[in-house]
Amino acid sequence: MKVERTLEVDVRVERAQGRDFVLQAKFVAPPGVTILYGPSGSGKSTTLGAICGLITPTAGRIALGDEIWFDRERRIRKPVEERGIAFVFQSLALFPHMTAAGNVEYGLPRKMPRAERDKRAREMLARMKVAHLADRRPATFSGGEAQRVALARAFAPEPRLVLLDEPFSAMDRELRRDFIADVRAYVDEARVPLLHVTHHRNEARALADRVVLIEGGRITASGGVDELLPASRDMLDDSLRIHTRE
Amino acid sequence: MSDWQPLVLSFQVAFFATILATTLGVLIGLWLTSPRAIGRDLIDAIASAPMVMPPTVLGYYVLVALGRNSAVGRAWEAIFGSSIVFTRTGAVVAATLGSLPLVIKSARAALEGVDPTLLKAARTLGAGPVRAFVTVHLPLAARGLVAGVMLAFARSLGDFGVTLMVAGDIPGETQTAALAIYDLIQSHQERAAGGMVAVLTSITIVALYLVNKLTAVRRES
Repeated sequence: MKVERTLEVDVRVERAQGRDFVLQAKFVAPPGVTILYGPSGSGKSTTLGAICGLITPTAGRIALGDEIWFDRERRIRKPVEERGIAFVFQSLALFPHMTAAGNVEYGLPRKMPRAERDKRAREMLARMKVAHLADRRPATFSGGEAQRVALARAFAPEPRLVLLDEPFSAMDRELRRDFIADVRAYVDEARVPLLHVTHHRNEARALADRVVLIEGGRITASGGVDELLPASRDMLDDSLRIHTRE
Repeated sequence: MSDWQPLVLSFQVAFFATILATTLGVLIGLWLTSPRAIGRDLIDAIASAPMVMPPTVLGYYVLVALGRNSAVGRAWEAIFGSSIVFTRTGAVVAATLGSLPLVIKSARAALEGVDPTLLKAARTLGAGPVRAFVTVHLPLAARGLVAGVMLAFARSLGDFGVTLMVAGDIPGETQTAALAIYDLIQSHQERAAGGMVAVLTSITIVALYLVNKLTAVRRES
């Protein structure tokens, strides 16, 4: 039986995003999909950076279950590469000099035999319906294919936490629906927390188990999706409304 | 008939100087890409100085820092039994210093040209800083780095001023091709210098041509 772990975040990041921006974020993300929802510049990506360890918070604590990843007071800082995170970036960040299989293999444990790594990578690509791309490089992929390979790479190492930084932003509606289904299926099976940054209301509604609203570097609310992002009326400001015309 | 020994020595010196300059240059270039590096603009200026500084000034500094009366020079002599200056080792040091800025500039530009998100992706996929550098950063910067190495080799091959100051012009010991050509011209043996002049010119043009090709492909890709 899988151990279910909840992500607990309580951090302060000063001078974030290279300017006098202060992020103060406190929330939890249990297994399932938590949407971090807010306008551009609200601190969503900074929050993800702090969670995965690419940004060092000024103060606070980050833990996954009983494993502490960051605790300023106790001087604990687990390196990025040891946190077991899958991070899908907005640009997808596929390695251009590696094939699709090479990209997926990259995140698999080094102690795993080479042949097994290759087998696992191809299986994951097949699961994401892009097995035919295994020996091709990212420059030849369509946008949708690149996104499927990026998800295969993220899920292959069986991460303990998945972070998605608006990877669906450049997709058309149909493609986005397919991906949401793929992401949903993975999270339901793996029972890990998935934190997804977006400002697409319909995307958030389709994926979310929980919603955390962030604005101006502060968490303004957290709770159920129907409560915070109702389907009928837009409760948020105009800067978000533009993204809901779907 | 030309005596090719100075040219052979130049190739030997350039070979070792290129290895040293590449190792140091890539490390310094990598350090300079870090926004958190303290005093990086000052270090960049100091590292670039040999490109514009008179060779005699640079040679003076090397003599002061590595000469027989310096701490480094005495330590070197105690360990290896010979001095750095006025030896082939001095010629390698001189050529290394002359070519180092070219590697640093090329390495910094090439490494900074790599999308930082790719390096972050490598880290989140379980790679430590060294593995991320070797498997992602270095291969993606390879064209620019190779261009820098080629420039460094061509520059090392033809160093004159710093080599003369630091290694002297000792026939059969520290007389490189550039120094031999100077001596032959001074003694009105232009024809004897012709062979080495042709070889050095050809290598320089081929190196620059290849550098242009490498960086052009990089721009297109």
